[in-house]
Amino acid sequence: MSEGEGAHFYRQGALDTSHKAILYLEDLNVSFDGFKAINNLTLYIDAGELRCIIGPNGAGKTTMMDIITGKTKPDSGKAFFGQTIDLLKLSEPEIANAGIGRKFQKPTVFESHSVAENLELAMKGDKRVWFSLRAQLNGEQQALIDETLQTIGLSEQYHKLAGALSHGQKQWLEIGMLLVQKPYLLLVDEPVAGMTHQEMDRTAELLKSLAGKHSVVVVEHDMEFVRSIANKVTVLHQGSVLAEGTMDEVQQNPRVVEVYLGE
Amino acid sequence: MLISQILKNDRGGQIMLAVLAAVLLVVPVLNLVVSNTSPLHVPTYLVTLMGKYLTYALLAVAVDLVWGYLGILSLGHGAFFALGGYVMGMYLMRQIGDRGVYGNPELPDFMVFLNWKVLPWFWQGFDMFWFALLMVLFIPSLLAFVFGWLAFRSRVTGVYLSIMTQAMTYALMWAFLRNEMGFGGNNGLTDFKDILGFSLQSDYTRVALFICSGLALAIGYLLCRYVINSKLGRITVAIRDAESRTRFVGYKVEHYKVWIFTFSAMLAGVAGALYVPQVGIINPSEFSPLNSIEIVIWVAMGGRATLYGAVLGAILVNYAKTVFTGLMPESWLFMLGALFVLVTLYLPQGLAGLWNTLKTNFGRKREVAA
Ligand SMILES: Nc1ncnc2c1ncn2[C@@H]1O[C@H](COP(=O)(O)OP(=O)(O)OP(=O)(O)O)[C@@H](O)[C@H]1O
Ligand SMILES: [Mg+2]
Repeated sequence: MSEGEGAHFYRQGALDTSHKAILYLEDLNVSFDGFKAINNLTLYIDAGELRCIIGPNGAGKTTMMDIITGKTKPDSGKAFFGQTIDLLKLSEPEIANAGIGRKFQKPTVFESHSVAENLELAMKGDKRVWFSLRAQLNGEQQALIDETLQTIGLSEQYHKLAGALSHGQKQWLEIGMLLVQKPYLLLVDEPVAGMTHQEMDRTAELLKSLAGKHSVVVVEHDMEFVRSIANKVTVLHQGSVLAEGTMDEVQQNPRVVEVYLGE
Repeated sequence: MLISQILKNDRGGQIMLAVLAAVLLVVPVLNLVVSNTSPLHVPTYLVTLMGKYLTYALLAVAVDLVWGYLGILSLGHGAFFALGGYVMGMYLMRQIGDRGVYGNPELPDFMVFLNWKVLPWFWQGFDMFWFALLMVLFIPSLLAFVFGWLAFRSRVTGVYLSIMTQAMTYALMWAFLRNEMGFGGNNGLTDFKDILGFSLQSDYTRVALFICSGLALAIGYLLCRYVINSKLGRITVAIRDAESRTRFVGYKVEHYKVWIFTFSAMLAGVAGALYVPQVGIINPSEFSPLNSIEIVIWVAMGGRATLYGAVLGAILVNYAKTVFTGLMPESWLFMLGALFVLVTLYLPQGLAGLWNTLKTNFGRKREVAA
């Protein structure tokens, strides 16, 4: 019921990243029926940074994204977007409109809509009901759709139903939906699962090109892929940060080695 | 122009509306102009029966909008239909004036019978047609808005929501059964005399009501199609297919659900308001949970998420009902149940789906032959 309360700063407009960080997670805790999925998690992401998050199955990576995007409310802790926006007080759509976009682990697109319509629906803009009733794509928005389809290599599939795409194409479409949302922060959960090597390279290229203007958080199991894009890697284990650093540092960390070999 | 724009990719809708237009033109002539000794004459009771079917068809379109496109299985739309009917009934009661059994110019008969001395506040204004019309639009949608706002905000979905809608209509039925509610209790509202000063017994009034029902169906259909073609409609379908995903791209799903649900209830209310002067009575049995389930069956038969399928289903099932209750009154519910099971098993897309399958198969054969 507290939806929107304390959100006045968001309505005032700007995301405040004056202290360098765009995302602050502090002392977060989540438990599911007594099982601690997130355990005193503290993590900061800088504006413009590309961060990779790795960790064994069940480490809490997806749950962390659920907290940031408002799907799961933590038992305790803080989550701030910039200096001022308290994510724990906002609903999912409010968080999305504040500028956090998400790609899901299991690709989820709108299956009975065409590829282009998927992008139309995801696009940044007025998302209120009465506006939607009259909304028409303007030239600028149409251009953005065409351009994005080019970027994700689905121009040929413009009118194709999203449900009829291959797994890899759905992954791409979901990335496209993320792009047209024009978020400040992109959360990307396992983007290359089910992709060929070639497709992986293109994804790596794309994610790297996004960093700088956007902040990007990538969760991925594929170590080769992580190595190809990451400056800084965070290792999650049992719901908290086990190690942080460059890929090489992390891989030489004895605790990380133990966790991965111990599996 | 606008209409052809709305129906651009809707073959079924084009056919349905063309047939409807023809029926609306021809039937009045066959009733009013052709002499009743001619075999072509359409008797007035048939005109009224068809008018009743048309109001059911509009009701089915309203249900298809929320069920087919938004994915909410409402088992309570009969309540909105009945409320619209009661509002119209109140106007018709006031039209009786002092021609009631007790001859009281101010109070409807049942109030005199209950020894009431003054007209209750909630009956004020219903002697004015424009006011009653406004209330036909307002009362059902107010209920839908409040119900939807509470249910959708607390994210009740699926079976739980369906059960809540059943409970809603069930509760209303019991409320309207009480004499103290002031809506005629068990007997409801009946013995209507005229509407806008025209006698309800006259053929002309009957035909006019029939035409109004057809026009309401056509307008309701076009409005729904317009909504579905808009971006709002694409978001509605997105909510049906992937509700939480829709939230994560920034849509307040609750607002969309409340909007569609309320709009649909408004259409159902209009259907109810046109139904009552044609059948001549409205009583609490219209709130019966079974009624709401029947509507869903019409839509399932016709084919979900097509709109024209809902029209087809409502008319065919009710025609079958008229025929079978005439032949074997007891057997209808079993027939309906059996029909529903058969359709769910063998025609999951309803009759509209059957049509589409035949069309593609036929098309393929022709291609092969060519
Ligand atoms: N809604 C839920 N109810 C109960 N348990 C849950 C729920 N969501 C997650 N969990 C549990 O929390 C733990 C963390 O899950 P999470 O999905 O965050 O892991 P992950 O790091 O994303 O793993 P993976 O690499 O397999 O995707 C798991 O043990 C999971 O079973
Ligand atoms: Mg995961």
